[in-house]
Amino acid sequence: MPHFTKPAEGSWTEHFGLGTEPVSYEDSISSAHYELERDAIFRRTWLNVGRVEQLPRVGSYFTRELDAARTSVVVLRDSDGEVRAFHNICRHRGNKLVWNDYPGEETNGTCRQFTCKYHGWRYNLHGECTFVQQESEFFGLEKADHGLVPVRADVWEGFIFVNLDGADTTPLREYLGEIGEGLVGYPFHKMTQVHRYRAEVRSNWKLFIDAFTEFYHAPVLHAKQAVAEESRKLQGIGYEALAYGVDGPHGMVSSWGGMSPPKDLSMVKPIERVLHSGLFGPWDAPDIGIDELPPGLNPARHPSWGMDSFLFFPNFMVLIWKTNWVLTYHYWPTSYNTHIFEGTCYFVPPRTALERLAQELAVVTFKEYGLQDSNTLEATQTMLESRAVTEFPLNDQEILLRLLHRTAHQYVNEYRQQTATPVRVSAAS
Amino acid sequence: MPTLPAEFADLEPFADWAIATERERYAKRLSSTMDELQAFYDSAFPRLEAASSYLDQFDMGAMPDEAKRLLWLYCSLVTVSFPVEVWRQPRVPDSGSTRLDAVAEPVV
Ligand code: FES
Repeated sequence: MPHFTKPAEGSWTEHFGLGTEPVSYEDSISSAHYELERDAIFRRTWLNVGRVEQLPRVGSYFTRELDAARTSVVVLRDSDGEVRAFHNICRHRGNKLVWNDYPGEETNGTCRQFTCKYHGWRYNLHGECTFVQQESEFFGLEKADHGLVPVRADVWEGFIFVNLDGADTTPLREYLGEIGEGLVGYPFHKMTQVHRYRAEVRSNWKLFIDAFTEFYHAPVLHAKQAVAEESRKLQGIGYEALAYGVDGPHGMVSSWGGMSPPKDLSMVKPIERVLHSGLFGPWDAPDIGIDELPPGLNPARHPSWGMDSFLFFPNFMVLIWKTNWVLTYHYWPTSYNTHIFEGTCYFVPPRTALERLAQELAVVTFKEYGLQDSNTLEATQTMLESRAVTEFPLNDQEILLRLLHRTAHQYVNEYRQQTATPVRVSAAS
Repeated sequence: MPTLPAEFADLEPFADWAIATERERYAKRLSSTMDELQAFYDSAFPRLEAASSYLDQFDMGAMPDEAKRLLWLYCSLVTVSFPVEVWRQPRVPDSGSTRLDAVAEPVV
C-alpha cells in the first residue's frame, strides 16, 4: 500500500514510459563502452564546472581537469566581467597553459594575463595572444591567429557550464529543460558558505549517481548511523518518494522531510538535539528572502516535504533542502571503473557559532554517509565485473537509475550512428 | 600558556583538539583510541551550550584567537560525536579505506 499517491498508470516508471524490464550493467563494466561515453556524452553535453562566486573579480580563474572529455579547461572572468572558458593549451607547442607544481592538478587564482611556462607566450583575458617570445624568428606568424581555443561557456542560476561540442548550438537554458526552468529564482547566490569534499571512487561514474538518485538503500545501508530503535523503525517503513519528474535526459525526486526537526527528540543523537542539525541539515532555516518556492521545488506541494534532488545529465546533481541549504554532487570519470566524486555543501553564512556548529554537523554527517556509500560502490563494481549475474531488477523507487542508464545509452547510440563506429558492446573490457 | 578562553580552563587538557581544518580533525579522530575520544567527549559535551553562548558575543568575522580555538575545539566535538554516540569505533562502519577529503571549507 503506497503511502504517497502514484500516477494513474500505477507506477512512476510506467508513467514516464521507461520500461520495467531488468537492466544490464554492461555499460558500467566495459572499457570500450566508456571510451564511447567520453566522446558521446562528455564532449557533447553541458557540464557544470563551478559557480560564479568562484570568479569574484576580473581576472579570477580556475582550471578544470575534464579527463572524461579528454581536455583541461580554464574558466575565467574577462575584463568585461563576462565568464569565458578556453582549452587549457598553449598555441605554440601545446604545453598546458595554466597549472601549478603538478600539471594534473586543478588550480585557481587571479591574474591579468596568462604566460606559458615553456617559452613565455602570453594571452589576455579574452584569450588573445599578446606576446610571442622572439617573434621575428617565426615564419609569417600572426599573433591574431594564435589565440586560445574557446570553449562555449554559459551561466544558469550562478552555475557555470561548459560545452565542448563546437557543433551543438543548444543554449544551456534549453538543455536544462523544464527541470532547470522550475528552479529559476531560487536564491543559490545567498548560500556562499561552502564546504567541498572530494573522493577518488573505484566504481563507474553512473553507479554512484545510481546510489544518490534512490533512497531505497538509505534505511538499510545506513542503519548503523541512527540510534538503534529509530533504525529498526526506518527499515520497517522502507522508503517512498513524494514524486518523481523526468524531462528529456534530466530527472528529479521529491522526498519527505524525515528528521528536520524530528518528531521525537529521542530519535536522534545527543549532539543533534543540542545543535539542532543532522543528516537533513540544520533544523532552523535561515531567511533566504523568498515567500514561495519556485514551482519546480516540492512539485507535489506536500506538507511533509523535506528535500528535492535533481539530476542534470550527465553528472551534476543539486539537492535543495527545506531548511534552506543546498548540496551538489559531481561525478568525473577517470576510467570505466574509477571516478572522482565531489560533494559540496552550500549554506547561508552563519551568524552565530551555534549556526556554524550546526552546519559543521550537517557537513560531517554528509561525509560519513558518503564514505559508506562510496565503499559499497567498490563492492558493487567488482562483483558486476564478475559477470556472474548480468540482469538486474529495478523497482519503482529506482526509476532515475533507469533514466540515467537509458539516456547514457541513447547518447552513445546516436553518436555511433553519426560516426558509424563499428558495433562492439559485449564482454570486451 | 592557556590557549582557550579563561572560562573554559577546564577544557585545556583537550586544547590539542582546537584544530582549524576538518581534514586534520578527522585525522586526529582516526588516530585516537575510543578511550581518548570518550574522555574528550565527556568533558566537552556538557559544556557545549555554555561554549555556544560564550561565542555568541562575537561576530563570526571578528573572533579573537582564543574564541576561534574554542569554536574549532567544538568542531572537533562534532567530529568525535559519531564514534562516541553511535558506532563505538573511530571509523564509520563499512567504509573500509575509503577517503572523502575536504578540499574547501570556511576559514573559521
Ligand atoms: S608551448 Fe607555450 S610558449 Fe611554447
